[in-house]
Amino acid sequence: MEKKTVLMLKERAAKIRMHSVEAVYGAKSGHPGGSLSIADVITYLYFHKMNVDPANPKMENRDRFVLSKGHCCPALYAALAEKGYFDVSELKKLRKLGAMLQGHPDMKGIPGIDMSTGSLGQGFSTACGMAAVAKRKGYDWRVYTALGDGEIEEGQVWEAAMFANQYKLNNLIAFIDCNGYQIDGAVEDVMNPHPVDEKFRAFGWFVTVIDGHDFEAIDNAVTEAINSGKPAAIVCKTVKGKGVSFMENNYTWHGKAPKDDEYAIAAKELNDAWEKAAEDVKNG
Amino acid sequence: MAEKEATRAAYGRKLAELGEKYDFYVLDADLSGSTQTAVFAKKYPERFFNAGIAEGNMISVAAGIAASGVPAFASSFAMFACGRAFEQIRNSVAYPNLPVKICASHAGITVGEDGATHQFCEDMAIMRALPNMTVVCPADSASTEALLEEIVNYDGPVYMRLGRYAVPQFYEKGEREFKLGKGIVLADGSDVTIVATGIMVAAAMEARELLAAEGINAAVIDIHTIKPLDVELIKEYAEKTGNIVTTEEHSVIGGLGDAVISALAETACAKVVKHGIDDVFGTSAPAGVLLEHYKLNATGIVEKVKKLLNK
Repeated sequence: MEKKTVLMLKERAAKIRMHSVEAVYGAKSGHPGGSLSIADVITYLYFHKMNVDPANPKMENRDRFVLSKGHCCPALYAALAEKGYFDVSELKKLRKLGAMLQGHPDMKGIPGIDMSTGSLGQGFSTACGMAAVAKRKGYDWRVYTALGDGEIEEGQVWEAAMFANQYKLNNLIAFIDCNGYQIDGAVEDVMNPHPVDEKFRAFGWFVTVIDGHDFEAIDNAVTEAINSGKPAAIVCKTVKGKGVSFMENNYTWHGKAPKDDEYAIAAKELNDAWEKAAEDVKNG
Repeated sequence: MAEKEATRAAYGRKLAELGEKYDFYVLDADLSGSTQTAVFAKKYPERFFNAGIAEGNMISVAAGIAASGVPAFASSFAMFACGRAFEQIRNSVAYPNLPVKICASHAGITVGEDGATHQFCEDMAIMRALPNMTVVCPADSASTEALLEEIVNYDGPVYMRLGRYAVPQFYEKGEREFKLGKGIVLADGSDVTIVATGIMVAAAMEARELLAAEGINAAVIDIHTIKPLDVELIKEYAEKTGNIVTTEEHSVIGGLGDAVISALAETACAKVVKHGIDDVFGTSAPAGVLLEHYKLNATGIVEKVKKLLNK
C-alpha cells in the first residue's frame, strides 16, 4: 500500500470517528466503543477496497458489506455519508423519530446498507447467503462482514462458520473486531471466546491475526485472505473506544452516549487527530 | 376423488416443477426427505443448500440469498423452521421484507407419534404477528400446488404451513383459482358459516353433510391465507349467517379463530366459536388417532356448531 493511500485512509478514519461520536452524542444513545474500534476496517473497505458506487448503491456487481455487529452502525453511517451515499447532515438525526438512520442498519431505508442487521450472529449468516449466491452464479463480487468478539459467543456464528466451510465460500472475508470487551465487561470474564483464531481454523477457515488499526496490515491480510482459497477470518486486535482517551479500553462506553462535558473532550481529541491527519495528507 | 396425500408431498413435487420456470434457491436443514425438498435437490443440486441441523443459520442464509436478488425457499419441520428460527425470521426476513418462503412441514398435531416436542400448534399465531409476513395453510395437494405458484410470484416473506399426514383430496387440479388473501366459498348456507383452514377444510365439508341431516344449513369457507385475511368475505358471511365456527389444526390461541374474531370485533355482527387445539401440548399417537382424540374432525365441528346454535 502506498504511503499516500495510508495517509488518506488515516484522515478518512479520523473523520469517521468524529462523525461517529457526534452522531451518538446527538442521539443521546448508541454504541461509541465498538464503532471506534471497527472504524479503520470500515474506512479501508469503503475508501480503498470495495467496488461500490454511491451513485448506484444497488449496483449488481458491487462488493457487499454486512455489519454483523450492527450496533456499531454510527461508524458505517459516517463512512457512507462521507462516501456520498447520503448527506452528512443525516448523521445528526441518528435514532430520532422520522430519521433515515435507524438505531441499527436498515437496508430498506438507507442507501448503501446491504443488509439489515442488529441481532447478533444473523448478519454473518446473511453474508454467507450472499457469498453462496455469488459463488453458485459465478459472480466475481466479494462479501465482507464484521463481527464483534462478544458477538461470536452466539451459537449461530458457528453454524455459519460451518456453512461457509461446507460450501467453500472463498469469496467471504470476515473481520473479527477483537476489542476485548462486551457490554457486561471483558470478554474473558463474561464468556471467553478465545482462542478466536484457533476456533475459526478448526472450522476450516483461513485465519490471520493483525493489528486492526494498521491499514497496511489490513490490506496485506485481505490479499492473503483472497489468495487463501478459503473463507477467511481476519482477527483484528483493536482498542475499544479508539481515539477518545477516556473511552479506550473502558467497557462502560460500549453502549452509552457522552454527556456535554465528556463530548467536549472527545470532540476536541478527535478533531485534533483529524486536523493532524489532514495536515499529513497535505504534506504527503 | 384422488387418493389421500400429504401437503408436503405436493409441495416437493410442485417445487421441483416450478424450478423449471422460475429462478430460486431451496434450503433445508437435514430433513429434505421429510419436507420433500429432496425432489428439487435431486433435479437442481446447484440450486439447493443443505444447511445441516442449524435452522437459525438456514433462515439467515436464505435472507442473504434473497437480499442478493434471488428468492429462497427454506424448509424444515414447522417446530424448527418457525419455532427455533423465529428471531431469524423476524429480523433477517420480515423486517427487511425479503422474498424468503418458509415452507414448513410437519405442522400441527398430525405429526403423530413424535409427540409434543414436534407437534407445533402455535406456528400460525407466531407468524401472523409479524409485520410483512403472509401466512398460508393449504388444505390439500391441488391447493398446495396452486398456492405455491402464487408464492413464487409474490415478492415478500411467506410462511406456508404443510402437513405430514395424508389427507383427503377434494380440489380438482385447476378447478379453482387460488389467490393469496382470497378465501374460497366451498358451499353456501344460511344458518352458520364454518371457516376452515388446512386439513380441517375437508372435515368442515363432512360436517356440513352431518348438519344438513339435522336441518342445519352451513356455509363452508376455505381460508387458505390466514394473513392477509379475507376480511371482506368473512364479514359478508358473518352478516349473512350470524354464526361462525372457525376450525383449524392449530391452537385456538392466535390462529385462524382469533384472526376471524379480530376481523369481526368492530362489527359484532356474528357469534363466533373457535374449534382447534385447546391450549394444551399434544401427545404421541398415530395422527388419525390424535385427530379423533382432540375431536379435530367433522363430529367435533358439529358439536361446536350445535353448541353455538343451542341445538
